[in-house]
Amino acid sequence: MNLFPEFSMEASFIEPWSSASQVRWSLEVIVMGTLVSWSCGLIGSFIVVRRMALMGDAISHGILPGLVIAFLLGGSFSVAPMLLGACIAGLACSFCIEWLRHHTTIRQDAAMALVFTSFFALGVTLINLQGGHLDIDAGCILYGEIGLTPLAPEMQVLGLELGNRAIWTMGVVTAIVSMVVIFFYKQLLLASFDPTLAQSSGWPIRKIQMAIMLLLALTTVASLEAVGVILVVAMLIFPCVTASFFCVRLSSILIFTFPLGLLYSIGGFHLAQWLDCSIAAAMAVAATCVFIVAFLFGTQDGCLLRFLKNSRGSASAQ
Amino acid sequence: MTDESVRIVVLGSILMGISCGLIGSYVVSRRLSLFGDTLSHAVLPGIAIGFVWAGEKNNLSLLVGASVAGFLGVCCIGLLNKSTKIKEDSSLGIVLSAFYAVGICLLTRIQKSGMSEQSGLESYMFGQASALSYGDLEILSIALLLVGAFVFANYKELLVTGFDPEFSKSIKLPAELLQYCLWALIAFCVISSLQLVGVVLVSALLVIPAATASLLAQRYAGYLALACLLGAASGLGGSFLSFLGNNLPTGPLIVLSSTSLFLLILFCRPKNGLIIRWLNFRSTKKRIARENLLKAAFQILEAKEFDPTEITIEEMMNKRRATNAMVRSDFEDLIHAEFATASIIEESKQDLPGQTRITLTPQGWEYACRIVRNHRLWELYLTNEAQYEPDHVHEDAEKIEHVLGEETVRQIERLLKNPRTDPHGKLIPSLDDVRQGSIPTTPFLGPTKMR
Repeated sequence: MNLFPEFSMEASFIEPWSSASQVRWSLEVIVMGTLVSWSCGLIGSFIVVRRMALMGDAISHGILPGLVIAFLLGGSFSVAPMLLGACIAGLACSFCIEWLRHHTTIRQDAAMALVFTSFFALGVTLINLQGGHLDIDAGCILYGEIGLTPLAPEMQVLGLELGNRAIWTMGVVTAIVSMVVIFFYKQLLLASFDPTLAQSSGWPIRKIQMAIMLLLALTTVASLEAVGVILVVAMLIFPCVTASFFCVRLSSILIFTFPLGLLYSIGGFHLAQWLDCSIAAAMAVAATCVFIVAFLFGTQDGCLLRFLKNSRGSASAQ
Repeated sequence: MTDESVRIVVLGSILMGISCGLIGSYVVSRRLSLFGDTLSHAVLPGIAIGFVWAGEKNNLSLLVGASVAGFLGVCCIGLLNKSTKIKEDSSLGIVLSAFYAVGICLLTRIQKSGMSEQSGLESYMFGQASALSYGDLEILSIALLLVGAFVFANYKELLVTGFDPEFSKSIKLPAELLQYCLWALIAFCVISSLQLVGVVLVSALLVIPAATASLLAQRYAGYLALACLLGAASGLGGSFLSFLGNNLPTGPLIVLSSTSLFLLILFCRPKNGLIIRWLNFRSTKKRIARENLLKAAFQILEAKEFDPTEITIEEMMNKRRATNAMVRSDFEDLIHAEFATASIIEESKQDLPGQTRITLTPQGWEYACRIVRNHRLWELYLTNEAQYEPDHVHEDAEKIEHVLGEETVRQIERLLKNPRTDPHGKLIPSLDDVRQGSIPTTPFLGPTKMR
């Protein structure tokens, strides 16, 4: 078989925008992807700065038992209990990691790997214990399918048609995250870069860090349903590290997240149209491509720039 | 145990447990725990390409593809770490999500192209122990042999490069080469275990047994041995459990059994397991409460200039601002520990009928004196030697009085030249008072200026 179908301008760029229903579907998918990458990118910058980049990976695996237990108790796939269960499991996961780190000799990385794999194993076992009754596919959580976003039920408030519920949920989460980042920027900044100084000036550092974890859990849970673990992990890390090739200050890195998010979701969407593959994964691939470009041509410490500097340096040395 | 496939799975789990435990102890002690996780995700595109290349689920081609992808992933991590300022955890995350995304893209392509026999690929995500074959068993034993031989041959070198990179550089050990060999072996272990436990849970096998062993072991050799043992035990336990319940997946059960071993050891280990620590904490708390009570008793007696030697409940209630019931139970505790004796007195005007009074026994008296002595000596030490203000020393002394040993107290006493009064002008019970259990006879000196 051929892995790469022949590139056709029409299939990948024109077809999704050809009819009204097509346009609506494409727009909803792209809006969803953009919202996910914005909220993940904002909160991810603080996670990356604290050197906990894989925390998103850990939490997104760790929520599985929460989902299963919420389903078993609630008996249905209604959103609220599932979201609650996932949030509780995510927080429990991060709490266990912090506890192990502070109260035993186990280091952070080992604690993370230990806790999230145990949670995940528990979740998979619980699913299997239910036999055929439970319709959660662990694989579905891992891949996610953003293409199903437009299928989410319409939301109605006071008889007003507001549109897609999944997008609304994600939009609210994005709004919360941006509000918190805007209003508590100074606190988050200091707590991430210099926890010791923050503590010595009397800030509730543990509470701030717990708040970051809470936001992370919220974002992860909200995005997971639509886009799966890979896109969450990718969107947590890529915007921040890509932007850091162009800017130095955290505030400008955070602002850079917005155009990057747009680029990822639009690029990934069309890539998926061309290759006919998972859209979420294609968005992550797009993010990777943008990262490689930044890695090569970045104005801060990019490869090309450094190469030029080195050769000029050695030329002048001779 | 009679069934052929059962035997294969049990044997495979044990082999995998041993080799993952062994290499995992290096993973944990070198802080590479998330490296295993990254590698297990990074092999996914290799598996997909290997599958397309062979056109079917062929173990060898998948293994080759996975190895190539794993190698590429390791190279990317090394490149990112070396040539950019990106932190190690972020570069792991980048490689993980990038490779995994490419892998998922390829897998969805394969699924949509409707190739037959692609069902076997799913098993690499979550593992499928029942599909384990003799070929997989061979690969697992090769992995174990390689890891064992490598660790056996390079034990000392690995120890030095792991714990003292500077020293190993100075004696010209090839630390980089060893590190790359280690990475390659980790990758090989991960790949060989994929069929059994799947991509997500491989890192658990690397980390959990080794982390458990690190709670117990004192020396590195013992740590390695323990990690192997724990890995084998969880492999055996998990596969056993999966055959007990029908239709339960082996991989997650192996992980869960090693997690339960971890929890068991975390709570019950001999020296500082949580249960032991909790018990210690309880008894220390109780001791401190009793010591504070005796100190209060001393202070009451001191205020009465040691005459009479009885203490009423009312006095103690006023002193400690406690309720009647609390003081009563405190008194009972003292009497029970033989630090005091009770005397029931006849009715009088200010006392309620049947009110208990206590008198300290010689042991109780000695104990009380010792605590007060610790407290006041420390206050004096802080004012004289550490130049604290006299009104700042009390809180500190409140804490230290319970932990000062006999030896330290003597030293302080010698340093301060056997003082008799503390910064607040109160008497410091001397060693004789403590020993003989007598009431201090030195007259009350009244406030005196120190320094």
